[in-house]
Amino acid sequence: MEKIICVCGHENPAGTKLCGKCGRPLTEEAKSSKIVDMKYDGAAIRSKTRNKSMVDKIWNFFSSVKVGISLIIINLIAASIGTIFPQEFYISVSTDAEKEAYYENTYGSLGKLYYELGLSDVYSSWWFQILVGMLAISIIVASIDRGIPLHRSLKNQRVKRHESFLKRQRIIAEGPIINGDSANTLNLIEEKMKKLKYKVRRDGNALLAERGRFSRYGPYINHVGLIIFLAAVMLRLVPGFYVDESMWVREGEMRAVPGMEGYFIENEKFILEMHDNEKTENQELQGVNVVAKNYQTNAKLYKQTDDAVPGKADDLELVKEYSIRVNHPLQHEGYSFYQMDFRLNEIKAMNFVLTNKETGESFGEVHVDLTNPQDEYVINDQTKVQLLGYYPDFSGFENGEPQTATPNPNNPAFIFKMTTPDKPEGEVSFVAIQQTVEPNGDNAYKMAFKSVETRNMTGLTVHKDSSIPFLAIGGAIFMIGVAIGSYWNHRRLWVEQLDDGSIRLAAHTNKNWFGIKKDIDAVVEFAHLPKYIDQSDDDAEKEKEGDSTL
Amino acid sequence: MSLISLSGNLLYVAFIAYLVGTLLFGGAIKSSKPDGAVSRADKWGKLALIVTIIGFLAHLSYFITRWIHKGHAPVSNMFEFTTAFGMFIIAAFILIYYMYRLTALGLVALPVALLIIGYAAMFPNSVDPLVPSLQSHWLTIHVITAAMGQSILAISAVAGLLYLLKSINPKIQSKSRFWMEAVLYFGVLVIGFILATVLFKGVGYEADFTYIDTQKAEQEITYNMPAVFGMNDYTLLTENVMNPIVEMPAVINAKKLTTVFWSFIIGSVIYIIVRLVARRSILSMLHPLVQKVNLNLLDEVGYRSVLIGFPVFTLGALVFAMIWAQEAWGRYWGWDPKEVWALITWLFYAAYLHLRLSKGWEGKKSAWLAVVGFAIILFNLIVVNLVIAGLHSYAAN
Ligand code: HEM
Repeated sequence: MEKIICVCGHENPAGTKLCGKCGRPLTEEAKSSKIVDMKYDGAAIRSKTRNKSMVDKIWNFFSSVKVGISLIIINLIAASIGTIFPQEFYISVSTDAEKEAYYENTYGSLGKLYYELGLSDVYSSWWFQILVGMLAISIIVASIDRGIPLHRSLKNQRVKRHESFLKRQRIIAEGPIINGDSANTLNLIEEKMKKLKYKVRRDGNALLAERGRFSRYGPYINHVGLIIFLAAVMLRLVPGFYVDESMWVREGEMRAVPGMEGYFIENEKFILEMHDNEKTENQELQGVNVVAKNYQTNAKLYKQTDDAVPGKADDLELVKEYSIRVNHPLQHEGYSFYQMDFRLNEIKAMNFVLTNKETGESFGEVHVDLTNPQDEYVINDQTKVQLLGYYPDFSGFENGEPQTATPNPNNPAFIFKMTTPDKPEGEVSFVAIQQTVEPNGDNAYKMAFKSVETRNMTGLTVHKDSSIPFLAIGGAIFMIGVAIGSYWNHRRLWVEQLDDGSIRLAAHTNKNWFGIKKDIDAVVEFAHLPKYIDQSDDDAEKEKEGDSTL
Repeated sequence: MSLISLSGNLLYVAFIAYLVGTLLFGGAIKSSKPDGAVSRADKWGKLALIVTIIGFLAHLSYFITRWIHKGHAPVSNMFEFTTAFGMFIIAAFILIYYMYRLTALGLVALPVALLIIGYAAMFPNSVDPLVPSLQSHWLTIHVITAAMGQSILAISAVAGLLYLLKSINPKIQSKSRFWMEAVLYFGVLVIGFILATVLFKGVGYEADFTYIDTQKAEQEITYNMPAVFGMNDYTLLTENVMNPIVEMPAVINAKKLTTVFWSFIIGSVIYIIVRLVARRSILSMLHPLVQKVNLNLLDEVGYRSVLIGFPVFTLGALVFAMIWAQEAWGRYWGWDPKEVWALITWLFYAAYLHLRLSKGWEGKKSAWLAVVGFAIILFNLIVVNLVIAGLHSYAAN
């Protein structure tokens, strides 16, 4: 690659704006500007030096800050589209047809369009993920493209800079000192700047005072943090890194934990508590009568001993006993159990009385445990009830056959065969809640409903997310980087004493000019330096400018 | 006096102090004569700041006493969160004041805080019970830090507005003149909202309706303003009140739309009266007040407040929010509208910071960006809370 050779003899790579050694402007643009572009101290950045191959073109595309900003804005807009209507995972229907119907019924034709365009599940769409990916690539490329030359130029700073460099800084001063011995001026400056926590270096009649250089690395640190964070999010896709299962456990029941081999969880009790306050104005407005106070599952976590048969709930040892509440998950070996849902008063058992319809005489009670229904309930040697059919969630008849919608006992129905001393051949009866069908005509006996036993059920989710530590590291690095870049800034003051004892001075900061001016004010007064000017205050502005406190 | 009524009175004190503070800041800025103007401005400015600090201390005491009364941080409903936001804006203003000694900022910061507190006061200030998911220390930390971040970011808009008030010439027709007047008009509409609420509440207006919601279920609703817009398939139950003029489909909350309508009408009437009486635009009334501010400094203050606020906002609105979400739901991120809008705000300010890296995005453009950023923050506060997130809020676990 061709090099630019500066007047001072230093060889600079093509694309350099300011000579790396003396700071003289090298390009026409730099030479003609009043204040020079100090980004990366004029060092060449890769994207500005090569533009030949396809790789270079792609590289240049992603390293451009303009492109980066556009990507940020495009991502912002894409994300906002997803909030126009609720996303699919927030509506409680499952099939595609139901979803489509939901959007159409609730939000009309716009809702339908939203669904059809896939906007109801924007965040998992391929194009949204590509946009995030492009943003990530842009961050990586831009950081490499600029970070390396920046690091080089910050590391190799000369104290002595050429006049043309100094004069093109935003803050400059030139002239004799106001009073005192000029031979001592540089010493005074050094003393004062050291007091202001600057690092001072001297080279003959030149001086460089510098402070907060590390803050220039802030953006690069935060970009690294962002990339680690995004990479950690992708870790979820690695098998075994991420477990997300949900389970229902009834009171008194023990179940194998899905996704957590060899563990069982028992629900001893589910508790729902309500606030007992008077209805507040906000509750009134939102039509809420009572507000929940606590959802809690008293749970026991068991582990199988090592020699147990997989999947079998024996040889268990208790690992942990814990009250799982919202915001207080049970945690064990990277797995967490969250209180997510509940169902109250699920029917556990039903009690019937075998009754003579005419006399009302009772022949004894039958207790049907719905989790474990028996084939036959014997009352005495001549009287028994057989359970010919059990339909936990009875939904109607189809071709004369009773149907069940789900295996959950939401609407239990039974076919009983009642055998009694005077009807030894038995009578068949179909019994559901508020419905009895007697297929063979009028029976003499019936199974009269007596009582029901209920229990609660808790909905837990089981999570393991091994990417969390990586996310935390990425997030922490980001925060550190962003704090470094925001709360510190890089300030530099170049001073040169000319042969006649007069002073030439220039200062630069990447941000917070107000701060650096305060420092310079102090040193100007202390070392009796000539008054400085800020070349960016344009002249029209200065006339109107009152005191700077207003 | 009970703790909660003491708390309420402290908030009044704060409000009045900010009102007085605004007038004093006006006096500090408006020094027309050169002779002694600086020292006079200084005196008024100091006084204004003292009054502001007194107001802030009262406001802080409101916050603390309400916290003690409730037993948890008072940031759990619209009233509480919004008054806290107003408080943090004042705190951020005081912080930036002590960094830059820029009195003029008060002239915009205080009225913005006043409007926000006034807006907050229109919501029920009842002490609501908390649903289980909100009973979390992480939530408290998250909400307070996020509000602080937003408030510091808001100061950049304060500086931006001041910048624009000075730099836009009210005599020359331009796009920025139009938009600046529009921003001021929006401020008047907030006053319209406050007046509409207070007026109709004052006369005790109530109208009960039943209507059919999107899930085809019958619901009841009470309007506190004359119903211009009716809910889907409504039936009016109250006698001798206004019948709705237009019926809305079920997706639209016609009650909220009615509130917007009345705020708009009353606000516009005020705006028109002010313009007729003064015979000038609001911009040209404010423009002469701020002639002495230094634009370069304002630009730097705006940039600096974004720099200071951005990390705080990131920590509060994203990091702590993720920690809370992880603890409550087992997922640190769920693409819930509130989360998404925090992300959008964050991306916007990231874009702002990157734009500042290139020349040409300083000064006026940057001031406009800061105003847009504040608009996004207000959108979060108002639209996301009341309209979008309203779909699944309060009662949900
Ligand atoms: C959400 C994504 C991003 C965030 C949160 C972010 C954050 C930041 C922050 C806070 C700064 C410091 C700004 C300042 O101190 O004024 C910065 C600087 C920078 N960012 Fe980003 N950034 C993001 C994406 C990008 C992208 C996509 C690019 C690609 C071009 C990029 C390129 C840069 C560059 C070149 C700097 C200046 C570095 C320097 O001063 O030496 N950033 N970024």
